[in-house]
Amino acid sequence: MTRTVFSALLSHWWRNPLQLFTLLAGLALATALWSGVQAINAEAAASYDAAAATLGEGSYDQLTRSDGQPMDQATYVALRRAGWLVSPVVEGRLDGVRIVGLDPLTAPGGLGPVEVTEGADIGQFLSGQGQVFGRADALAALPDGPAQVDSPDVAPGTVITDIGVAQRLLDRPGQIDRLIVAPVQPVTQAPLDTIAPDLTRQVAQSGSDVGRLTDSFHLNLTAFGLLSFAVGIFIVNGAIGLAFEQRRPVVRTLRALGVPLRRLMVLMAAELAVLALVAGAVGVALGYVVASLLLPDVAATLQGLYGATVSGELQLRPSWWLSGLGVALGGTAMAAAAAFWRLAHLPLLAGAAPRALTMAAGRSARVQGALAAVLLVAAGVLALTAGSLTAGFALLATLLIGAALALPLILDRVLALAERLSTGVRARWFWADTRQQLPGLSLALAALLLAMAANVGVSTMVSSFRLTFTGFLDQRLASELYVTAEDAAQADALQTWLAPRVRAVLPIQSAPAEVAGLPTEVFGARDDATYRDNWALLSSSPDAWDAVAGGTAILINEQLSRRSGLAVGDVVPLVGRDFTIVGVYGDYGNPIGQVFMTEDAFLTLYPDVTPLQFGLRLPSAGVPALQQALADDVGLPPTAVIDQAGIKQFSLDVFNRTFTVTTALNILTLTVAGFAILMSLLTLAALRVPQLAPAWAMGLTRRELGLLELIRAVLLAVLTAAVALPLGLALAWALLAIVNVAAFGWRLPMFLFPLDYLRLGGFALVAAALAALWPAWRLARTPPADLLKVFSNER
Amino acid sequence: MNVKALLLCLLPLSASAQGFAGLGGDADGFSIPQPDPQFSFPADHGAHPDYRIEWWYVTANLTGPDGTPYGLQWTLFRSALAPQTQEGWDDPQLWMGHAAVTTPDAHYVAERLARGGIGQAGVTATPFSAWIDDWLFDGIDSGTLRATGADFAYDMQLTAQGPLVAQGIDGYSVKSASGQASYYYSQPFYEVAGTLTLPDGPVAVTGTAWLDREWSSQPLADNQTGWDWFSLNFDDGARMMGFRLRQTDGENYTSATWIAPDGTPTPYADGALTATPLEESQVGPRTVPTTWRVELPAQGVDVTVAAVNTQAWMDTSVPYWEGPVTIDGTRSGVGYLEMTGYE
Amino acid sequence: MLLTVTDLRKTYATADGPFDVLRGVDLTLDAGETLALTGESGSGKSTLLHLIGGLDAPDGGRIVLDGTDLATLDDTGRAAVRRGTVGVVFQQFNLIPSLKIADNIAFQARLAGRYDAAWCQTLADRMGLVSQLNKYPEQLSGGQQQRVAIARTLAPRPKLVLADEPTGNLDEATAANVLALMLELVADTGAGLLMVTHSDRLAGQMQHRLHLALGQIAGPVA
Repeated sequence: MTRTVFSALLSHWWRNPLQLFTLLAGLALATALWSGVQAINAEAAASYDAAAATLGEGSYDQLTRSDGQPMDQATYVALRRAGWLVSPVVEGRLDGVRIVGLDPLTAPGGLGPVEVTEGADIGQFLSGQGQVFGRADALAALPDGPAQVDSPDVAPGTVITDIGVAQRLLDRPGQIDRLIVAPVQPVTQAPLDTIAPDLTRQVAQSGSDVGRLTDSFHLNLTAFGLLSFAVGIFIVNGAIGLAFEQRRPVVRTLRALGVPLRRLMVLMAAELAVLALVAGAVGVALGYVVASLLLPDVAATLQGLYGATVSGELQLRPSWWLSGLGVALGGTAMAAAAAFWRLAHLPLLAGAAPRALTMAAGRSARVQGALAAVLLVAAGVLALTAGSLTAGFALLATLLIGAALALPLILDRVLALAERLSTGVRARWFWADTRQQLPGLSLALAALLLAMAANVGVSTMVSSFRLTFTGFLDQRLASELYVTAEDAAQADALQTWLAPRVRAVLPIQSAPAEVAGLPTEVFGARDDATYRDNWALLSSSPDAWDAVAGGTAILINEQLSRRSGLAVGDVVPLVGRDFTIVGVYGDYGNPIGQVFMTEDAFLTLYPDVTPLQFGLRLPSAGVPALQQALADDVGLPPTAVIDQAGIKQFSLDVFNRTFTVTTALNILTLTVAGFAILMSLLTLAALRVPQLAPAWAMGLTRRELGLLELIRAVLLAVLTAAVALPLGLALAWALLAIVNVAAFGWRLPMFLFPLDYLRLGGFALVAAALAALWPAWRLARTPPADLLKVFSNER
Repeated sequence: MNVKALLLCLLPLSASAQGFAGLGGDADGFSIPQPDPQFSFPADHGAHPDYRIEWWYVTANLTGPDGTPYGLQWTLFRSALAPQTQEGWDDPQLWMGHAAVTTPDAHYVAERLARGGIGQAGVTATPFSAWIDDWLFDGIDSGTLRATGADFAYDMQLTAQGPLVAQGIDGYSVKSASGQASYYYSQPFYEVAGTLTLPDGPVAVTGTAWLDREWSSQPLADNQTGWDWFSLNFDDGARMMGFRLRQTDGENYTSATWIAPDGTPTPYADGALTATPLEESQVGPRTVPTTWRVELPAQGVDVTVAAVNTQAWMDTSVPYWEGPVTIDGTRSGVGYLEMTGYE
Repeated sequence: MLLTVTDLRKTYATADGPFDVLRGVDLTLDAGETLALTGESGSGKSTLLHLIGGLDAPDGGRIVLDGTDLATLDDTGRAAVRRGTVGVVFQQFNLIPSLKIADNIAFQARLAGRYDAAWCQTLADRMGLVSQLNKYPEQLSGGQQQRVAIARTLAPRPKLVLADEPTGNLDEATAANVLALMLELVADTGAGLLMVTHSDRLAGQMQHRLHLALGQIAGPVA
């Protein structure tokens, strides 16, 4: 019996391959979007993990020299002999590859991600010849030298080797950049300042810097992932609803012929599971393609924005494709639950004609309305009170779900109003008929709403970020040229050489400090109009710049102000001296707090710091000549001289990459939403014939009917877009003003981009129209006989 | 790649991983101990980089003010990847330090690893100093012995009360029937005083200590799986060193040195010494003999040697059992027991 | 006795309160007998047919079919009765649109595990469907589709054939033709036949005839 029933169920698909295709395609698309975004996030996360594991960043305290210079190897030995369990690290770049030198005998994490089974020969690693571990691409970029061991777990663009080998490769004998402090230290040890007073201890952070920096970017991606999943569920729901609706008569017949209900349900569930697995597999493959197309852009964006290295190559992680299949199965189960419930309660004897979808009963509409109201009120309360990341996400969720629930009710009211206001009988019929169709389309319209709102929200956020950030770069990169000296001697010579040639030399010097218990960077700036003219203060006391120039006042950045609660007027102790805060400035993209003071004040606090980097002010016309002179007369390598235009161009390139990713995801979500509309219209098409037949009989041509169907779809899309725009803006506001502040400590001003929204609305209409085109065309070509049948007994 | 895995590849102590045969094969480029050595002091107190493995091994039996017995260990191992030494990170000489304090109910262990060539660890002969990180042993005749760990530290002053003693035949200690051997001498006559820093606070202690110096390139034969080694201080001033090398065929290779109170050694070849396990203890997942019958009939020795703390397991990169013992029987006293190959 | 119906009652809940469709119906039918059930619309004849066919459960009375009391069966048991003992010919043909005619004919026999290729071939032959076997239902006329439905019902050789206005959707000439074929084949299989119809002319071709009015047997009609 099972085989017979199964063959009957499956034969439906062979006879209706298009339906099978839409079901599979819908599921596959939803899975693809979800798993594509997941793949990108997973790849990036894996890259950070590898980086963190390599460097012990985050998980261990570290010792560095206060002036940022490398320390002598003797300092390391002195510390060890004083009972300090520290391990040396030297790192640098060679041919674009980051070389990390470790001492495996003392490193608390050994060699980090390198596995001993991967061909490590410790004897060779430690002595003489050496071994270098890294991914194939990083290894290939290295010149000939130590034996290379392909090691996919090492962070991208990085190789790990013994510290002795690294010092030799980098030509830095006897130098150490930092010391990792083992978590467990002996019971007795000499104090740090008696052995190495020039070292500063940096406390381990719970997450790696790189991770926190790039969170903002991943937040966008994750938001996209979740939204596309929600949209995907709508689509799957539509596809399954269609499949069940169309097979309802067959199900009845099978039961009348003696197939028990339970067996029928089991078989249909098995059938769905198989379809979900097939579609899920296709979706995972598609997602892989999407991810591998987007990943290079994502990697470039992260590298450019934050200096985080992410491999441009995607690896197939079992957890990832398994979760993709899981999402396809789980999503199908969720979407099918309602269909199964209806199937189980399908009366055996009711007329075998498809049940007409009528306006939802008043009670369930009221429940839905009440739920939407509760959620939206909750969103309102959260918008006023939310201070944490969790609350921020709760706000996003209540806002989106509330709006999606409210949409059909809003549309129903609007259509009812239009019906009342319209005069002609044809128009009245049109509005009433549209209203009648609403329940069947509401899921698809909710999907469209979410897709559009997400697009408005995320693109507003990204564009606002870009505007703010480029404006900020204009302030910050006021100097025409930036030069970096190799050591203190060269820095001195450079300053002397430059003095008569430029309008101003602005040293860039900083020292690590702790303010209100937060890791903070103290920045010492030469008093110059450059800062006064270009730095915008978010809040300040009068004559703030003069007070700073006086040497007793400081400025702090926004994230330090927000995290510590420090504000203008507060007093901050630094290295035993008190400073008054006279201003707060925006400092986007910086993960830690910053204190701005004059060079003089800085030098009294940190006399040992020698600036190696300088900003140069000069007329822009003189830049090329000076660059040439720096190369020819001073002998600075080209990499040590950066012109401002180059940095800005680079930043813009980075943002363009970001936009490639955002735009691609925008288009994909809209496509999915369009697909949802198509599904719904196809589901409705069979039911539409009896509804339209009377209109046809009364004199509307089939062509007119088809056209009206098309107009109806576009109209509903327009109405949905009208709701989506404010929703999207609310979403953007929540992301910028609440989620961003909670996550990163700075609030981005929100800008509006009406042209973008217009274009997006246009896309949405085109998507809706395209989705409606085929059902409308089919309707226009319905044989009159089919319409006539409505009036005969045969249906 | 973790350090433990790394060490298992390196050190001949790693009986469990490779059997003791790991370095039993041909010694590529390393010198091999020859019979009838002529030690030259103080130079031979220093390192011998052309031999593969070497150690400076101090154990001490101590007593607290209330009579509580304590044991103390300070060991510096040298293991060479190649028979040479040089400045800098490329030095093929690797160093490993083990320190422990044993009380009747606790056992504290610490381990350090370092490379030669940069000054972090090493041994100099004149003036004598052996160190790794902040651990130090700086006097063959008299000097300081100190070490620290996460939960203990000690700082001792040692003074030798007798002469150095050559083990085996004039310092040539044969380790198997097929002729594997090492150079081996001891200073078993230290008097010790100092402070143990334990979780409950400092404890002033006094007692005796014993230094073993040994170096070789192929200390064990292919068929040997581990050893049981005894250093016994009898109350009458005599000392005795004995070891038993266990073989895969169930037989043992034994060796012993009787040391008269004036330091005169009498070596005994294979078979003269008998060591028989009497009781075993469960130490973590493994069973270790912690009470022994030790017999050297030629000197009228028939004693029971029992661990002060049966749980003196050295949970280091290369794990083994090492702890203080008490002696009863035809003679009484205190001593140290080391057992390898039980992991 | 193939079928014994005793004091059968059925009540439906409607918007205007409970409505007694059947108020104590008694009837019997033996193998090889044919019985026509006539009555006005709403007289309860379809309900009676559905109860006997195990498509619905009665509120009172007994139906003993081939020695089994249907009241003792659960949903699965009734499904087994539908699959094996009875065959129902509906007014709407209820063919499976995605299966070819040959598969539709064989379908119920396969479900019941009593597929007999030669018998199916005979049925197709007698019903004049041989040239249609590779077509799909939508390609057939109404009369042809109903012949397929009848062949499907007879394929597992049910002991009792129930027919609910089997020719209601057909024109008169086709209807007569289809009915004649059905009677002929039912007679060949030796099954009992219970047919609901409102046509006196069709009812006249049956051995027995009962008239149902207001949920009760109003008596045999000559």
